[in-house]
Amino acid sequence: MTAPAELPIHGNSDIVLVRQRVRTAAVEVGLSLVDQTKVVTAASELARNALVYAGGGQVRIEVVHNGVRRGLRLAFSDDGPGIPDLDQALTDGWTTGGGLGLGLSGSRRLMDEFELKSAPGEGTLVTVTKWAR
Amino acid sequence: MDRVPVLKLGDILIVSIQIDLQDQSVLALQEDLANKVVETGARGVIIDITAVEIVDSFIGRMLATIAAISRMLDAETVVVGMRPAVAITLVELGLSLGGVRTALNLEKGVALLNHIDGSEIATAAR
Amino acid sequence: MSVSADAGRHRIETLLATHEDQIFRRWLEIAGASSSGHVDRGNLNGQLRELYNALVRSFGDSGDPDGSSELRGLLAELSRNRARQGFTPTETATVVFGLKEAIYESVGDDGSSEALQGFLWFSRLVDDLGLFTMETYSATREKIILDQAEQLLELSTPVVKLWEGIVAVPLVGTLDSARTQVVMEKLLQTLVDTGSEHAVIDITGVPAVDTQVAQHLLKTVVAARLMGAECVISGIRPQIAHTIVTLGIEFGDIVTKATLADALAHALRESGVEIVRNRGSRVALRTVEE
Repeated sequence: MTAPAELPIHGNSDIVLVRQRVRTAAVEVGLSLVDQTKVVTAASELARNALVYAGGGQVRIEVVHNGVRRGLRLAFSDDGPGIPDLDQALTDGWTTGGGLGLGLSGSRRLMDEFELKSAPGEGTLVTVTKWAR
Repeated sequence: MDRVPVLKLGDILIVSIQIDLQDQSVLALQEDLANKVVETGARGVIIDITAVEIVDSFIGRMLATIAAISRMLDAETVVVGMRPAVAITLVELGLSLGGVRTALNLEKGVALLNHIDGSEIATAAR
Repeated sequence: MSVSADAGRHRIETLLATHEDQIFRRWLEIAGASSSGHVDRGNLNGQLRELYNALVRSFGDSGDPDGSSELRGLLAELSRNRARQGFTPTETATVVFGLKEAIYESVGDDGSSEALQGFLWFSRLVDDLGLFTMETYSATREKIILDQAEQLLELSTPVVKLWEGIVAVPLVGTLDSARTQVVMEKLLQTLVDTGSEHAVIDITGVPAVDTQVAQHLLKTVVAARLMGAECVISGIRPQIAHTIVTLGIEFGDIVTKATLADALAHALRESGVEIVRNRGSRVALRTVEE
């Protein structure tokens, strides 16, 4: 069993690294090709969010179990300004960073489980999970 | 930072993305292409993403922007070779790539550009 | 093992050897009666003879692993074959358990206390063998079910080529979310592999769809467009159309056709193929001579 891995997100090149590490983990867990692509895409979105909105953060990549099913859990955390209105942040097309406003809402659709914890001044924690079929 | 090379074939510019793109490379490619279109007077741009394993909203937006800029400079953009897994993910993400023409592969992309060119001439002649 | 138990066991072994004809004939009768109509006598005779010999051999040397494994191997083969040929569990189990009844008569004739002791021991042995037979039987059945489920998925998801550049998936049966996803991924991959720019998803054989399945169909059409191909959905039943509208699913500018034939005609037109009916050549002429 692979131990959970922590990766820093401080610059643009880190986003590429996160994608590569998440891809490797997704293959290991046994996700289908389409599910691998979904997880890596969500990871790319969330890593960029941490970089753009909080100036950086980190991701924890972890293999989880639920009975016989295996899954991949990613936890993105940052010490940025936090999100004042969570519902609004999860609305398609809503953005304060000049993006498309699909990062959070799109990642939620790409994953099986999605949890967002944030408050102004307290940073943001996004935890997402994808289960192997 | 890696730069993606832009190739010229007749009046078509061809870009084949072979690396895991950094955001800066994406922005650089956007600029390079706009310059190259003006410089060469190209009528069409083909972006081959056969080797691309993921397209997130940033890369997706780049594709749409390139298409919009090129159109303003009188060149049509065709994105070719998108993998099924990438397409399914983009749909789930909620990205429609509006205004971007697509084709299954490079060959069909070239045929599409020629077809567009041909029909424009036909319309003009009428 | 106590001395008397050992003696009992020995007594049974002797009976099996000395009364072989009588016991075997009785066993064949019982086993034959339970699975009448399924199996021909000669075949059963051969199978039981082999089992009987293996059983006797397994006593030859107490704890001889080879003898007992030979017996179990034969039993496994018998129950596997019976599971495949559709014998019921009872028919299969009676073959083994019938041995108890078959030997009981000889034990009764013998009448000695050793023989009765031995019969207890022999019963336990036969029970073990019977359980082993049933386990093999149900494992075989499970394997058959699994194989069939897999075959069904393969059978039900063909992507067929209708014309150069036009492929179709005729969907049959109930669609669940998982199966729809599998079919759709296969369709999109086929578009790439064959360079087809047109796809027809025919749902004539689908009795009903739920929201999720309708969404999957929709997403597939959009994904195909992103890849540079066009999808037509054909054979939508009235109930399904009703479901889709009631659920408020937006089908937008997706082309739908009543039948697979209409969808093919549409795809052909889109790819620039013209179909012309050749006048006259197909008309059957008959002249009646007066």
